[in-house]
Amino acid sequence: MELTGGRVRRVNGPLVEVENLGDVAMSEVVRLGPERIAAEVVGLAGARATLQAYEYTGGLRPGDRAEATGDRLAGLFGPGLLGQAFDGLLRPLSGAPVWLTPHREVDAAARAWHFEPAVALGDQVEPGDLLGTVPQTGPVEHRLVAPVRGPVTWLADGSLGATDPAVRVGDIPVPLAHRWPIRVPRRFRERLSDVVPLHTGQRVLDLLYPIARGTAAAVPGGFGTGKTLLLQQIAKWSEADVVVYVGCGERGNEMAEVLDELAQVPDERTGGRLVDRTVIIANTSNMPMMAREASIHSGIAVAEYFRDMGYDAVVIADSTSRWAEALREFANRTGDLPAEEGYPATLASQLAAFYERAGRVVTLGGRTASTTVIGAVSPPGGDMTEPVTTATQRFIRSLWLLDRELAYARHYPAVTWAGSFARDADAVGLWHAARGDPGWRARRATATALLAEADRLASLAEVIGTASLPAHERVVLLAGQLLRDAVLQQNALVANDASCSVAKGAALLTTVLDVVETCQRLVARGVAATTVEEADLADLVRVREEVGPDDADGVLRRREEVLARLEALT
Amino acid sequence: MTAERVPDPGVAPGAVDLGAEIAFSDVRELRGPLLVVGDVTGVGWDEFATVDVDGGVSRHGLVLEVDDDLAVLQVLEGTAGLVPGGVWVRFAGRPLQVRVSTDWYGRVCNGRGEPLDGGPPVGGSPRPVAGWPLNPTRREPPREAVLTGVSVLDTLTTLVRGQKLPIFSVPGLPHLTLATQIAARATTAGEGFRVVFAGMGLTHADIAYVRDRLEERSAAGELVLLLNAADDPVIERVLTPRIALTVAEHLAFEHGDDVLVVMSDMTSYAEAVREVAAARREIPARRGYPGYLYSDLASLYERCGRVRGRPGSVTVVPVLTMPSGDITHPVPDLTGYITEGQIVLSPEVDARGVYPPVDVLSSLSRLMRSGAGPGRTREDHLPVAAQVLAALARARQAAELGELVGVAALSQTDRAYLTFRETVERDLFAQGGDEGRPMGDSLDRAWRALDVLPRRELTMLPAAMVAEHLGGVS
Ligand SMILES: Nc1ncnc2c1ncn2[C@@H]1O[C@H](COP(=O)(O)OP(=O)(O)O)[C@@H](O)[C@H]1O
Ligand SMILES: [Mg+2]
Repeated sequence: MELTGGRVRRVNGPLVEVENLGDVAMSEVVRLGPERIAAEVVGLAGARATLQAYEYTGGLRPGDRAEATGDRLAGLFGPGLLGQAFDGLLRPLSGAPVWLTPHREVDAAARAWHFEPAVALGDQVEPGDLLGTVPQTGPVEHRLVAPVRGPVTWLADGSLGATDPAVRVGDIPVPLAHRWPIRVPRRFRERLSDVVPLHTGQRVLDLLYPIARGTAAAVPGGFGTGKTLLLQQIAKWSEADVVVYVGCGERGNEMAEVLDELAQVPDERTGGRLVDRTVIIANTSNMPMMAREASIHSGIAVAEYFRDMGYDAVVIADSTSRWAEALREFANRTGDLPAEEGYPATLASQLAAFYERAGRVVTLGGRTASTTVIGAVSPPGGDMTEPVTTATQRFIRSLWLLDRELAYARHYPAVTWAGSFARDADAVGLWHAARGDPGWRARRATATALLAEADRLASLAEVIGTASLPAHERVVLLAGQLLRDAVLQQNALVANDASCSVAKGAALLTTVLDVVETCQRLVARGVAATTVEEADLADLVRVREEVGPDDADGVLRRREEVLARLEALT
Repeated sequence: MTAERVPDPGVAPGAVDLGAEIAFSDVRELRGPLLVVGDVTGVGWDEFATVDVDGGVSRHGLVLEVDDDLAVLQVLEGTAGLVPGGVWVRFAGRPLQVRVSTDWYGRVCNGRGEPLDGGPPVGGSPRPVAGWPLNPTRREPPREAVLTGVSVLDTLTTLVRGQKLPIFSVPGLPHLTLATQIAARATTAGEGFRVVFAGMGLTHADIAYVRDRLEERSAAGELVLLLNAADDPVIERVLTPRIALTVAEHLAFEHGDDVLVVMSDMTSYAEAVREVAAARREIPARRGYPGYLYSDLASLYERCGRVRGRPGSVTVVPVLTMPSGDITHPVPDLTGYITEGQIVLSPEVDARGVYPPVDVLSSLSRLMRSGAGPGRTREDHLPVAAQVLAALARARQAAELGELVGVAALSQTDRAYLTFRETVERDLFAQGGDEGRPMGDSLDRAWRALDVLPRRELTMLPAAMVAEHLGGVS
């Protein structure tokens, strides 16, 4: 046994204390024990360093070797990310063994790529400029951008490994893949503040609580309320160029299912498969806890990498609560004084650091691109006042609150209109108006007002009985139900309804609002409220599933039929 | 205090594998289930240890922390009666292992895997009881329905081969009847399951009941019983489900069997985890439970599933009792966040005399959507289930309204919903504790119940399907 160099002194699960590491920096990666498992420095006090280990530390002993690496926690960014699955440290899972034991080394350069230069020898390039592309299987063109300024002095030809130089800019070799510290945001030229909605294909979001590109949204909800399914739907149907799906401390079966389904669904917009625009980061609940903490940062780092190629990237994190719990778990082991519910006092700032990496920007290369962040939140006991839920709300623009009662009643997606918000809704309205739909904002306002009024009247009816309400209020109750059943509900399992185009969504909402208006006219004309309530509107409720995902005309034809039938009521 | 050699106690304790040599005796502290031993060398985190007791039976421990020459152990059998100075700790040099083989079939062991049936210790190749995470990309998404013969489960919360689906109950409800009914009768693709039953903190009466209900499986040599009784050492419960799952993983993924693991009661298990955390003075998250309870439970529940390209499966049915019926209590709450749904039993339904007393609105099988439907169960299955549930939600509203304003003041439609609820509970949900119903029969019963509703209300069902099953306009 050598006596010099770093030595493990204390091991308590993922918390490892090490002595005599020498000049080690905060956030530096240290390798521990005979299996050289990765750990990161999170505290320094005199000769002692506190580390968080990213693997199971079973068998690690006081006296075991600890080697500082001089590196920060980094992943390899290059072609071959799309369509593949990685663990929280961005090591490939596709191709890894069935059982994930700690000693897994990564063979990065195994595959050969074809590089098509976009520059010529002698060209002067600036950071962010396109150097060339790598044709891949999918629809997303892989772009290599210049990391530095200078003249192109050398170009590779033919096929090359990911870490071989593809271009030389000045003296600097630029390989297809490079290592990048996952916690460090990539630079860009400027943030843009204009609002461009990200169409998600989920009506309740697109019609009531839209999200703008480059902003952040959170989906809090108790277990079984539909967080994962909503996020999976967004992963499948949203208008993003690239989707990074981070399974953070959640189920293995769900990750397998996402992979499987994405591989089957064709991408309507590009003609490829959805999986080819998706990067999956899977650090399931039974994988090492601190790698779960890293997985969130890995996810956003991947999204920023594609953003810098000029793409609109969406990061989906299911669930940010598991990440926060990893922070808590570790803070507790270090003996830090806890704030609320055992969470470290840094919880809010760590959440902010994550959500603030969202943004719509002009990249260094002058391209407009974005990183949108959507995170699930899993409040213990469904308690929306718990620390992660409350802190998260401060850093996001859209809140999609899932309601247990709606989920129990199988109203999916169970996004409630009582408490959800979209801070950019007005700006999104202007965007729609500028693109030929001036009514978007008014429809949204009418719909939310009707839903709220229907809820108020329903509680009133519980006291005095529905029959005692005036006819026009009974129509409002009916309106609430029609909005819920015919517009907001969206069955993920029915092909026609799983996603919904802008036009079909607008047609459905217009139709229901027109039906409600007609009903109001009928009762004003003296038709009995009961007659209106008992009118058979099943075809109106079913139309969302009966016509195709983009069939606005089909909806409008149904509108004519229903309105004609209603007009005939006496 | 220097290390000294003690003779091997001779009897290897059952499934637990030993390979230790040096004994350390400098016990610095005994607190709750914890034992702190000093002056140790070469001890790794999470190592297994044997604690030899002066003039007594050896105990067993796991290393929770090592700090220079100190090691903190949790003693599975507890520390009662231990005297510093009269204890020698031998470390195994590796985490706890259990021997796995098909010899487990037909055996009855205690919560540490030591035989209770008078047989020899179970042999086989050693495996770490903690297991390793299954690479998510190597998982085969579960897809085949498990037919339990229990109508309410089969129609509304279909269990799928390789799923983890817990039963949430309260003391006094027939959760063990339901769990054993599933274990005894469930089939997938016409075949029954091999059953591994892990009992934690069960009363002797419950144990006797379970053994009686599973007698047939036992006689056929298709049952493994691991039993930690209510009066057995508490900390041992931390181990029981891990042994059960390690054995099940072997039987499923190496031997190709379809294994159903029933674990009851997970609340007793979690209490053991909490006891250790409290003794370590850890900062609690909610209600005194440690913040890592989620990950700890996940390290158990996630061991279910199927592996691509291999036969066999592990299906897990954990059973837990919700303290004071509170579903937001950390044990059901964290379980619900990990498992693929939940079957919730309710005292109100039980009081109406319905067995199994499932509260269907709060119950859910997340994998049902891949295991049920055309080509798997029946084409109408998913829409029928959605319609029954939506109608029950509506019926519940109507009932609440009826209680406030009187049923007579309800609209005709609302009253139809109340009739629907009675019909569906009586004709579909209620059945005998040993009765098995074919899936087709259950679905037909669901249709007959839906028939009491006005057709215009059946919006979750495609119009053509309604016409096919219920005929023209009513
Ligand atoms: N849009 C939807 N369409 C159909 N079913 C849904 C929808 N959203 C949720 N569900 C149902 O709810 C269940 C739970 O959803 P899930 O997303 O897994 O919840 P969470 O992640 O919040 O625990 C799903 O398995 C599915 O049965
Ligand atoms: Mg989920």
